[in-house]
Amino acid sequence: MRRLLAVLAALAFLGAAPAPAPVALDALMAPTPAPTLAAYRLFTDAAGRVPNAGLTPYALNTPLFSDYAEKQRYLYLPPGAKARYRPTGVLDLPVGATLVKVFAYPADFRRPNERVRLIETRLLIHRRSGWVALAYVWNDDQTEAVLKRAGARRGVDFLDLEGRPQHVDYRIPNANQCKQCHSLAGRLAPIGPKARNLNGPYAYAEGAENQLAHWTRLGLLEGAPAPASAPRTAVWDDAREPLAARARAYLDGNCAHCHNPKGEASNSGLFLDLEETRPSVQGLGKRPVAAGRASADLFFDIAPGDPDGSILTHRMASTEPGVMMPELGRSVVHREGLALVRAYIASLKK
Amino acid sequence: MRALLIGAAAAAVACAAQARTLSVMPGGDAQESIQTALLDAKPGDVVQIAPGRYELTDGLSLDVAGVTVKGAGPEATVLSFRGQKGSGEGLLITSNQVVVRDLAVEDAKGDGVKAKGSDQISFVNLRVEWTGGPNEHNGSYGVYPVSSTNVLIDKVTVKGASDAGIYVGQSKNIVVKNSTAAFNVAGIEIENSMNADVFDNVSTHNAGGILVFDLPGLPQMGGHSTRVFHNQVVQNDTPNFAPKGNIVAQVPTGTGVMVMANRDVHVFGNTIDGNQTAAVMLVAYTSDYADLSYDPLPRDISVHDNKIGRNGFAPAFPGGKELATLLGGSLPPVMWDGVTNYVRKGASAPEAARVRITDGPVLNLNLAKPGALLTARPEVKPSIEGGSWPEPAAVALPKGQAAL
Repeated sequence: MRRLLAVLAALAFLGAAPAPAPVALDALMAPTPAPTLAAYRLFTDAAGRVPNAGLTPYALNTPLFSDYAEKQRYLYLPPGAKARYRPTGVLDLPVGATLVKVFAYPADFRRPNERVRLIETRLLIHRRSGWVALAYVWNDDQTEAVLKRAGARRGVDFLDLEGRPQHVDYRIPNANQCKQCHSLAGRLAPIGPKARNLNGPYAYAEGAENQLAHWTRLGLLEGAPAPASAPRTAVWDDAREPLAARARAYLDGNCAHCHNPKGEASNSGLFLDLEETRPSVQGLGKRPVAAGRASADLFFDIAPGDPDGSILTHRMASTEPGVMMPELGRSVVHREGLALVRAYIASLKK
Repeated sequence: MRALLIGAAAAAVACAAQARTLSVMPGGDAQESIQTALLDAKPGDVVQIAPGRYELTDGLSLDVAGVTVKGAGPEATVLSFRGQKGSGEGLLITSNQVVVRDLAVEDAKGDGVKAKGSDQISFVNLRVEWTGGPNEHNGSYGVYPVSSTNVLIDKVTVKGASDAGIYVGQSKNIVVKNSTAAFNVAGIEIENSMNADVFDNVSTHNAGGILVFDLPGLPQMGGHSTRVFHNQVVQNDTPNFAPKGNIVAQVPTGTGVMVMANRDVHVFGNTIDGNQTAAVMLVAYTSDYADLSYDPLPRDISVHDNKIGRNGFAPAFPGGKELATLLGGSLPPVMWDGVTNYVRKGASAPEAARVRITDGPVLNLNLAKPGALLTARPEVKPSIEGGSWPEPAAVALPKGQAAL
């Protein structure tokens, strides 16, 4: 099987096989979404693993945790279109830009490239009327992904990095839930591709390169300064970086899509984005407002020096709807993320 | 079910100008059928949920303006969230001009029905209930519009919320009427909101009946202009079951009407009886705050012409029992912390805190500053005449909403 694929790839490389048809931009722009992912020709194989020409893979320094799913991200830009650099917020992406995100689980996280099961492939498409979010769910045979607007759940079993069996009740979001996270002043918007969160290396097929530099070199991005002059989000799990920077990056990536002045949780007055500078608004010594029972017997969102006394960690450690945070996108505790935020709170002066 | 939807769609094509009805029937995957209808609805449409019991596994949400979500009555159409695995609420509304009516939401893990950032949001003839009775593990709010404008809550019953049954937060132009809140920690709460009329409701068997609060550290502060009138605020006798960190945990069991911070609040024509701590309590916000624009005092508060029964017979706050003994066995029906000479953070002069209470006797604690109970110099007066000022005009909702 692998040999056959290699032969096929070689044939394609030699031009012996016809080049695959390009990404179906008209399908991406059509007002009615396609019922299957294949209609967009974003991938050249039925299994949705080999990206078509025009898709550039990318990664984020600090991503959102999604029940330990592995995510592969791609940026598609229409021929000749460019993204414009912005120092804060998401890059200015042109109409036609499409963000593609594949959610998958290897059967054994110690062998991440083997027996990988795709769960869903999400698209964020920039149409003239605004951004649209679509979730395509893979069948058990991994041969077709179909649109599921109302969302779904899929049980997933895997072995974690320590070889322990794990089970997650993975939730595929409905179209409104996509927007709950991807909401900026009531309109749907991308979250991830901020210059600062892209400002890091990516292992491209032809070698590692900084993503902002790579995109600029390929003509996908204009206006970006040299990476060293651009803002940069810390890598949450790189222990060489300062603890506070990593924890703030984690909270930015996992909470701030709602907890910002224009987000779904604007009414909480708790803003966890990296731009926020006021300690009380970041939760330090802040009393809960509408946390209800989720405040438990605790008095502050973040009690400096006291992770056990902080509502933030209490809610990160819960898997109970109505208590757990984030509200969407996870059904199990992110142990490593929780440990990081606990260490950060413990390090804060009382 | 699918045939019906297709039928509805065909009908819509035939007369595109008319609103469609998207019908949902019991049976099959309730989560998918209701959520799909909520996604397919277009402005003007009605999502009609037939009588029956619907077992949901996740939250439901609506983000289309101008849609009515309608059941066959609060006993006939029941959305049960007992098996809910995700989301912070049962039903979430994030669009304008939405009506939710004639159905029940049971046992939501978080809030029952929430509207965020919605203009002209109406909740009519609903039942939101935690069916196991009062319990700290119940969801927080029953009906919960927040950061919204033009809010109508009419003929709604909420039971068992571990915070407030009916909770309106950071909103403007609000009517809460003909509704019943029972066995919640707080019955009805208006918080950080402007221009609210709360009338003809029954608030009973909660820990606290009706609360009008203003809290610091929020995008919308400076709540004002609320009228609480013609309500039955009786037998609020469920022991406060909120977790300690929750602001409503501070509400003593058996409080009828409580005003904390806030301005221009008028409490009149209510029947207030059988509340063991107080009929009406006016207090300052007592915790520290960082926001200089926040005012922690209740001011321009008028309490008059209420029918006050037996209240204050077993005050359930620290020191309450001793205070009652001192005053001959029970507390007067109206209690005010009496903070008047408080210089707010960032201000140069003391606050003027006008209070007019004619439904005495009134217990004035004369505290030196918010929450300073050790400085209390309690005195009982037949009334407090702190001046008079005009009552806010009746809240007027947009035409279509007012006609519901």
